[in-house]
Amino acid sequence: MNPGVAQERGRISAVLAHRTSHAVGKVERSASDTIPKLLLRRAREQGESIAIREKDYGIWLSYSWKAYLENVKKFALGLAALGLKRGDKLSVIGDNRPQGYWAQVAALCLGAIPVPLYQDAIEKELEYIIEHSGARFVVAEDQEQVDKMLALKEKVPSMEWIIYDDPRGLRNYRQPFIKSFTAVQELGLEFERDHPGFFEQEVEKGTPDDVALIPYTSGTTGNPKGVVLTHANLLTNVRLLLRGEQYLPSDQLMAYLPMAWIGDSIFSMIMLFEVGFTVNCPEAASTVMRDMREIGPTVMFCPPRIWENILTSIQVKMEDASWIKRKMFLYFVDVAKRVADCRLARRKVPLWLRLLHALGELLVYAPLRDNLGMGKIRYAYTAGAALGPEVFQFYRSIGVNLKQVYGLTESSAMCTFQPDDDVKLDTVGIPAAEVDIRVSEGGEVLIRSPGIFQGYYRNPEATSEALVGGWLHTGDAGIVDRDGHLKIIDRAKDVSTLADGTIFAPQYIENKLKFSPYIKEAVTVGQGREWVAAMINIDMEAVGNWAERRSIGYTSYTDLSQKPQVYELIHNEVRKVNASLWAEEQLRKAQIRRFLILHKELDPDDAEITRTRKLRRRFIAQKYADLIEALYSDREGVDVEAKVTYEDGRTAVIRAHLKIRDVEVLQ
Amino acid sequence: MAEQETGRRSDGPPLLEAHNVHMMFGGLMALHGVSLHINKGEILAIIGPNGAGKTTLINIFSGVYHPNPGRILFEGVDRTTMPPHHVAALGIARTFQNVALFKGMSVLDNIMVGRHLHMKSGFFSQGLYWGLGQKEEIKHREYVEWIIDWLEIEHIRKTPAGMLPYGLQKRVELGRALAAEPKLLLLDEPMAGMNLEEKEDIARFVLDANEELGTTICLVEHDMGVVMDISDRVVVLDYGQKIGDGTPEEIRNDDRVIKAYLGSVGR
Repeated sequence: MNPGVAQERGRISAVLAHRTSHAVGKVERSASDTIPKLLLRRAREQGESIAIREKDYGIWLSYSWKAYLENVKKFALGLAALGLKRGDKLSVIGDNRPQGYWAQVAALCLGAIPVPLYQDAIEKELEYIIEHSGARFVVAEDQEQVDKMLALKEKVPSMEWIIYDDPRGLRNYRQPFIKSFTAVQELGLEFERDHPGFFEQEVEKGTPDDVALIPYTSGTTGNPKGVVLTHANLLTNVRLLLRGEQYLPSDQLMAYLPMAWIGDSIFSMIMLFEVGFTVNCPEAASTVMRDMREIGPTVMFCPPRIWENILTSIQVKMEDASWIKRKMFLYFVDVAKRVADCRLARRKVPLWLRLLHALGELLVYAPLRDNLGMGKIRYAYTAGAALGPEVFQFYRSIGVNLKQVYGLTESSAMCTFQPDDDVKLDTVGIPAAEVDIRVSEGGEVLIRSPGIFQGYYRNPEATSEALVGGWLHTGDAGIVDRDGHLKIIDRAKDVSTLADGTIFAPQYIENKLKFSPYIKEAVTVGQGREWVAAMINIDMEAVGNWAERRSIGYTSYTDLSQKPQVYELIHNEVRKVNASLWAEEQLRKAQIRRFLILHKELDPDDAEITRTRKLRRRFIAQKYADLIEALYSDREGVDVEAKVTYEDGRTAVIRAHLKIRDVEVLQ
Repeated sequence: MAEQETGRRSDGPPLLEAHNVHMMFGGLMALHGVSLHINKGEILAIIGPNGAGKTTLINIFSGVYHPNPGRILFEGVDRTTMPPHHVAALGIARTFQNVALFKGMSVLDNIMVGRHLHMKSGFFSQGLYWGLGQKEEIKHREYVEWIIDWLEIEHIRKTPAGMLPYGLQKRVELGRALAAEPKLLLLDEPMAGMNLEEKEDIARFVLDANEELGTTICLVEHDMGVVMDISDRVVVLDYGQKIGDGTPEEIRNDDRVIKAYLGSVGR
């Protein structure tokens, strides 16, 4: 590690040690106390090495740190020419592209604040966030996003400029407030001629306590909330994490998660500058897996959803493979699992098992990793929601260094991590340096760290609820185990009890269900009831494939979901989950008694799940109240009529008759 | 988007003119004295009930059939009896009602075929990937990649065309036709058999090709909604005769057309 960096980290921690209980840690004023200053340093120190790549027109286009700075500077000055002032907000919307990051960093250079948006958010959400944040500038990727912004322009007068990056289809948009990214950069060049040195002065004006980012959390209830984070919050948090994890300037990272998600900002916009590694933007959302294989990322960050999807696709492909491949895969995955079990229990791995494992590495694990584009992974993370231990163990057993981390947008992302030699299946690891974690009497996890946010933007009530005496109230129920590992059980407000007092943690059971490749999403209910019932979403890809191989014809998702054979298939999966619940003494009574398969996928557009795919339970309980009542009656089916919202805002009604099945319970 | 005018010029001489076109198949009179013109930069739709002679007309435009009697002028030059490969060289590209891709070849290679007309290097130079052949390959690959990006088919770049679902095959075919950088693009039912979303995609690509590349487009299509939305002008055929020619609004209100065609679909 660079000795200068180490020294600096030492200094930060010294400062942090003296912080008062509820003040945020201060980063000492230095040449690298803000994100833009770090960028200048990178461009000076390693100007020729590659900062960011994007695949376009079938080839990888690379930008050095010098080019990165050059682009940021031109765009920043262009923004200045258009009238961007310190403290203004700039929104970006679109897929991960260098221009999206440049725009955000350019805003930071001038003391303005990026407000990244989810590219698939519907108009109402976008309207709320742009209106609430007061964003004057929006950088939209393409025609699709520009059209969304145009639709909002009337309603949100505070939005003054729309800047687009991909000109396709926009040739005839003549509105004076729409400009292309390159046109703004050209304005920047002119501005530079008239105001030489302006950019450097503005960067120099920045202080660590300036607000650096206002991501809006998708929130499982109510309107999104803007999380105010300063340079000090973000940088300190990243630096503290780097005390535990050793990233190298040669590391490669894939930037494919929504830019509005704090995890992506941390890695692709902040860690990038701190460590000096390379960020790679895929060609399109549909090519991520292929592009990943070409790049061979060394650091990877996926929400549980994606780890589950990848596993499902492996399982589907193995079902289609020849029997010899399938047998080999199953056998060696089992070998790997036994080895992993030994290691987790810190037992010695027997010699014969080690030999088998080496053979498996040659025949199965290495080729599999290579196929997934994970051949060079040094660190892989999952965060955002709980990942089922079975899925987690699968990746670790095939040699992917997957770890769970825990953090919230409000804590500048990660605040716990699993050290390389201390990984447990069911915990999110130990607190990072300088992070205090405490579990309240009610079982809620509380965090105090330099990364804790300044408050919700223009929302003092929510702030005072979440931030009490310097402690962030996470709303997650958790426990700290004997080894100091934090274990998250569920959302605190979701954990409840059955009528007889048995603990009922819905997410825990749902994750077990979701381990099945055939189950995409599940909702369990049982609060105050005698027993647990489940509503299940089948995985269209996996179940469709399964049905095709058995020559079961189907027309639509709804039709497939209600096939008796599919019910039989899911019934078996529920049985397996019950068996595994039975094995855990406290949860024995939380076995699933009845289930039904939903006629439609839970969708963020219908407000059933958030954009980061967390269930919005209260809303689901209301919306599907009829179904839940039917589950707890003795009826064998229930009629539904559901309104669905398409991506373009149109709505339609789906009608279906859903069957309800009883499941055997182990006593 | 109707008020946007780039690519919708109607001044100057027509790009293609058809005069008194007749076509007989044995005893069947498929076209009976049809005259029409296609203006530079417009989107012209040809509609009509089944068997009205729409595809025959497209085949005549692209040189597969030769009218007798009748005359076809392209950019003012008579090319009535020209064979298809010469027609293509003039700058007319087409897609087919039934997809006609090279099924074993990748999407990339299929679209590359569309560049054939623009390649000057010989068989050996290309085969050895040396000299002019190499230079050309890189240049044309760039153009093909531009089309792939434009049609949003990056994820299937290397997939054999025959393995793709129908909707995507149609899109690849459009890509191949566009790769020839045609002055006139003939689309024979580009949206047949597609779902709503796929139709909307294709409609957008057709509009974009017209606006961004300035390509003149003549399409045969059955979906009235799409035709009325994207065309500048509509020509209606019925039993081999032209019974209507005008803007979508005019066609919608034309009594003969309503009687012959639109009435039967309940509009």
